[in-house]
Amino acid sequence: MTQLPETTQRKLGLVIDLDTCVGCHACVISCKGWNTENYGAPLSDQNPYNKEASGTFLNRVHSYEVQPDIGAAQLIHFPKSCLHCDDAPCVTVCPTGASYKRVEDGIVLVNESDCIGCGLCAWACPYGARELDASEGVMKKCTLCVDRIYNENLPEEDRVPSCVRTCPAGARHFGDLGDEDSAVSQLVAERGGMDLMPELGTKPVNKYLPPRPKDTLDEIDILAPLLAPVAEDPKGFMGWLDKTLEKL
Amino acid sequence: MHPAPSVILFTTLSGIGFGLLAFLGLGLPVVTGWLAFAFFAVAYLLAVGGLLASTFHLGHPERALKAFSQWQTSWLSREAWAAVGALVVMGIYGAGLVFLDLRMPILGQIGAALSLATVYCTSMIYAQLKTVPRWNMPLTPVLFVSLSLAGGALLAGAGFLALILLGSAGCVQIAYWVVGDTRLKRSGTTIESATGLGHIGSVRAFEPPHTGTNYLMSEFMHVVGRKHAAKLRIIALGLMVLAPVILIMSPFNYVLALLLAAATHLAGVCVSRWLFFAQAEHVVGLYYGKR
Ligand code: SF4
Ligand code: SF4
Ligand code: SF4
Repeated sequence: MTQLPETTQRKLGLVIDLDTCVGCHACVISCKGWNTENYGAPLSDQNPYNKEASGTFLNRVHSYEVQPDIGAAQLIHFPKSCLHCDDAPCVTVCPTGASYKRVEDGIVLVNESDCIGCGLCAWACPYGARELDASEGVMKKCTLCVDRIYNENLPEEDRVPSCVRTCPAGARHFGDLGDEDSAVSQLVAERGGMDLMPELGTKPVNKYLPPRPKDTLDEIDILAPLLAPVAEDPKGFMGWLDKTLEKL
Repeated sequence: MHPAPSVILFTTLSGIGFGLLAFLGLGLPVVTGWLAFAFFAVAYLLAVGGLLASTFHLGHPERALKAFSQWQTSWLSREAWAAVGALVVMGIYGAGLVFLDLRMPILGQIGAALSLATVYCTSMIYAQLKTVPRWNMPLTPVLFVSLSLAGGALLAGAGFLALILLGSAGCVQIAYWVVGDTRLKRSGTTIESATGLGHIGSVRAFEPPHTGTNYLMSEFMHVVGRKHAAKLRIIALGLMVLAPVILIMSPFNYVLALLLAAATHLAGVCVSRWLFFAQAEHVVGLYYGKR
């Protein structure tokens, strides 16, 4: 059913801390591992040991360089998976009803046996969160590890998404973002959690915590005056050396 | 966006095919017997051939029937209904003309409306996508429908009407290019809004998530050189509007000129459709620092 529910009882999702993520890609690998062995078709690779290697992933980590007006550039690692949008454009475009958003917890899923692999949902997602599997011909996306979070065969501490369980830096948090009192909602309120591409109106459930501002040290350096740079325009012997070297 | 040949062929051929069906439905020209058979055969070959081509890019074509189920939200599903409706209604109407010498004008008009509705639905599949700002505007359906009408009129041998429709399709095409070129910029989506990091400073994609390529990159990121695109635009306009207009007005054998005009028009629309896809920027490219 590709009509979106008016509201969902819960809004399960992830909160990703861009301040803490170290860019190790462990979540990428654990996601691929869990989702290849469990829910739905495996995530295939094409030419994995050759040139032009490619494959299906539900979670990928980008890295961005941000240059502030003053000060050094910052490197920010940026994991990206499905944001389980409230107003998910990927669901409404689907002609078959394979894509749907669950009323009970807001998770966006694909019913693979209904999917014709037309790819339209991936066109409609602004975040690149859906990938058509090249060998299965069906659409793959983050399931929020729906087969872990409710899985009573797993020990309690493992009933969170695989990527969250794996992250060595604790940069990924899982919880109900529809509940104001939940730990994730409080984290979002405290740290100014943000939406990606808010102008597109997708109303993502997943939030990103911006990197904390860098502190600046007011350095008192008594040696600085002694180390003032040498003359810009060298004279005498240095001047001659400079000119000669220039000519070479 | 990746300009997939199957999708270019589908939108080009079925657009013209349904355009011709619309004219046949309106009785322009009124044909019966064998002549009607020839006209309908061409229209069905184009329309159905296009639809078949479109199934080539599906991962699971054997489940295609499921695509009829979500007409309430999905333009792709609506397109499937409109196409089948148009083909069935026009089939009955055409059979009447061919075998019984019987013209049922109301049925023809319904068929014509459904034919144009199909083209409109096709265009809305693209125009609805906020993720591709160049497509996400009312000019997209106007372009698809006007090209379909122009091609249909040309194939129907509608003489003067074809000239007018070709001219106006050309104008719409130019407007589409001019406005389209500014759409991504005016959409306000940038690498800063995509990453939410703009408040710190200017953002640059430093390292992609993987060393090889992936589905997203091959499907959504396609860069055409500016000079290249300008040349192709001129070629497209020349083939799809100018050449047919000159051919129709030329003093040669009318049928021969018409056939030639239809062929160049078809080729021109193919070039224009290639550009429609190849030049369209999907916002996911911003995450990869591409456009
Ligand atoms: S992130 Fe993309 S795939 Fe996930 S719900 Fe939003 S639009 Fe759909
Ligand atoms: S690829 Fe599958 S899930 Fe996506 S829109 Fe097509 S049928 Fe629906
Ligand atoms: S929640 Fe599960 S499926 Fe989604 S990115 Fe994490 S590991 Fe992958």
